[in-house]
Amino acid sequence: MAAKHELGEPVVVVEGVEKAFGAFVVLKDVGLTIRRGETVCIIGPSGSGKSTLLRCINALVPISKGSITVAGRQVNDPALDKLALRRDVGIVFQQYNLFPHKTALQNVMMAPIHVLKQDPAEVGERARRLLAKVGLSHKHDAYPGELSGGQQQRVAIARSLAMNPKVMLFDEVTAALDPETKKEVLVTIRDLAAEGMTCILVTHEMGFAREVADHVYFTDGGVIVEHAPPAEFFGAPREARTRAFLEQVL
Amino acid sequence: MKLAATDLPVLKPFRATPIAPSGLAAPMILSAGLVAGVAILFAASLAVAQATGPAPRDGAVTILLRWAPLIFQGFLFNLLISVLSMALGTAVGVLFGIGQVSPSAIMRKPSWAATQFFRNAPWLVLLFYAMFLLPFEVRLGPVTIAFPAWVKAIIGLALPVAANVSEIVRGGIRSIPSGQWESAEALAFTRRQTMWMIILPQAVKRMLPPWMNLYAILTMATTLISVVGIQDGLTITRAALVAESRPELMLPMYLMLLLMFFAYCYPIARLTMALERRFNVKG
Amino acid sequence: MIAAFFERLNDTHGLNFSIFYDAFDRSRFLTGLWTTTYICVVSILASLAIGLVGVWIAGSHSRLGRLVVRAYVQFFRNTPPLVQLSFFYFAVGGMLPTVSDGFGGQSPLVSGTGWAIIAFSLFAGAFNVEIFRAGIEAVPETMVEAAESLGYTRFQLWRQIVLPLAFRICLPALNNNLVNLVKTTTLAYAIGVPELLYAASQIWSEVFNVREMMNVLLVVYVLLVAVLVWVMHRWERAMRIPGYMP
Repeated sequence: MAAKHELGEPVVVVEGVEKAFGAFVVLKDVGLTIRRGETVCIIGPSGSGKSTLLRCINALVPISKGSITVAGRQVNDPALDKLALRRDVGIVFQQYNLFPHKTALQNVMMAPIHVLKQDPAEVGERARRLLAKVGLSHKHDAYPGELSGGQQQRVAIARSLAMNPKVMLFDEVTAALDPETKKEVLVTIRDLAAEGMTCILVTHEMGFAREVADHVYFTDGGVIVEHAPPAEFFGAPREARTRAFLEQVL
Repeated sequence: MKLAATDLPVLKPFRATPIAPSGLAAPMILSAGLVAGVAILFAASLAVAQATGPAPRDGAVTILLRWAPLIFQGFLFNLLISVLSMALGTAVGVLFGIGQVSPSAIMRKPSWAATQFFRNAPWLVLLFYAMFLLPFEVRLGPVTIAFPAWVKAIIGLALPVAANVSEIVRGGIRSIPSGQWESAEALAFTRRQTMWMIILPQAVKRMLPPWMNLYAILTMATTLISVVGIQDGLTITRAALVAESRPELMLPMYLMLLLMFFAYCYPIARLTMALERRFNVKG
Repeated sequence: MIAAFFERLNDTHGLNFSIFYDAFDRSRFLTGLWTTTYICVVSILASLAIGLVGVWIAGSHSRLGRLVVRAYVQFFRNTPPLVQLSFFYFAVGGMLPTVSDGFGGQSPLVSGTGWAIIAFSLFAGAFNVEIFRAGIEAVPETMVEAAESLGYTRFQLWRQIVLPLAFRICLPALNNNLVNLVKTTTLAYAIGVPELLYAASQIWSEVFNVREMMNVLLVVYVLLVAVLVWVMHRWERAMRIPGYMP
């Protein structure tokens, strides 16, 4: 079921965004609005530009045309304070990308200490709480190499949460996991969403989208073909392309 | 529907013999055999020299033993040069290597150019370059720093070392998956923080085997200083041969020097191989 | 015209590039360059042959053969090439008989250039054996199995599948080794072979233009290496398989 809490004012506004890598156009005139507390799932076939869109939102990839606003900051503005933006936006990747030479706890603590220059004792407290929240309180001193894929992904989520973001981006975070470990990560994300975090997920998990999302977007060939609340989206898709895609995956 | 079992004989696959059952990466036994083999060769040449030498003069073994300490001292000097040169070259090379991956072209292009230039120049020519073109002393205000020949040699050898270290560092940095850069960037680390706290600590392990390999090459290259007139193990060996002027001694004397280098470099090579294997397994 | 430019350069700025305007110096320099190129080419080819032979023996069933190749490789890789060169020229060369040179004198059986080529070929050959072996071992086991199950004999397997793949895999390392070989040829200076460095040193000891000759030397060697790298690059490109990344 969709989140029961109140949805706030728009926190991520994407308008007319275009992105080309050389001659190859990945995103064509993409627009969406996400409100605070909303959970949004972006689905679509591979190569449809979903991951690129996510990376544009937190300025890892610059856009060719259009505008993106996140929590009042203009992301495509060349004078943007990237540090401030990345405090507000956390991202979790498909390949976890934990730092292999640091323990789980250190991974979570590193950025707040070195980037936000916060007090290590405070950060340590918060890190422990976050790891407990994702269910890994017994794995503080484990190195990523000693953790399973699902555990690593949860540490990655905790690491991003440690920066106290307003928006969390998830880029196909369960695609590299096997079915049993997928569930523990999805549960973590679901709880996070239930607490009111604004989440944007690029995912193939239709079941999760149906249950947890407030809104579902379908991209194909670099454009948003259709978007609707999940009941409407999965129950009565309007576009033929959407129907074709859903037939393939469901 | 049940499938009937066949009672035709199943063809067994043809097992070709392995292409390269590599005896080259063989265990300790062969290694001991190798050392024994070289020792036997040395002893044999010594025996021949002893036998063919004119009777009333000193035996070959005595002569070798007489000169051995001096030659060994020369060899130690080679080692000293190698250590100092490696230290200097590594320090400079690391900076060039980091410069090569810098996003700013002002840092990247000169670093790349310097690396390519000093990598492609022969070591002996660079050594000549340093020997001839460095001043014999440098005056900094009231202080005069003398540059004796061996210091110039260290600098001359440090040049190609720095270039190779630069390449090793560049390769090591580039071998770290881009996901690490991405997630560090997403957590708002600056480039310098990312490089020194996240990328380099991981890359150092991978850089170790080629770096040790470079050290072995440098150690062997220190013999070049004999060509530019500095006294080292090779010069002393030659001087000894001239002093004794007995042609049958040449073989065992050169072999002795070769053995000294071998005894130093071969363990380094094996250690490097072991480290490489260990890091490959861990991934 | 070039000669005039460099003469003027000498007169006005004192930068003496005598090889460009003086015929004798130029001929000495070019002779040295030719000798260096000759030594490089012959050593490269010989070392490749030695590498192939060595890796074939190392892959055979004979334990003695494997031991010999292993001893050879480890010995030549872990000892200084200059000492190896001196060993061959002075020690081994000193033991060989001399021949009459037709002018009433005795000359050695193998000249300095000859020993240089022999020493360098053996030196680089040792590295090549290792490089080829690594390339062969890097060919995936699964490909060998697939070929076996198609009925290839060992020799056919080797020739049609393993060697072509192994060669492409080890090309970068081979490239590196051959570049090193070109640089190592300067060692022939130490035994008086009239190659490029030797010619340059003769020129600068007469004309006293050390700085200029040094720079010219560096540039020429960098160019030589660049030519080799370019040739190897073209070869690598000609052998590239689309979509295959070893």
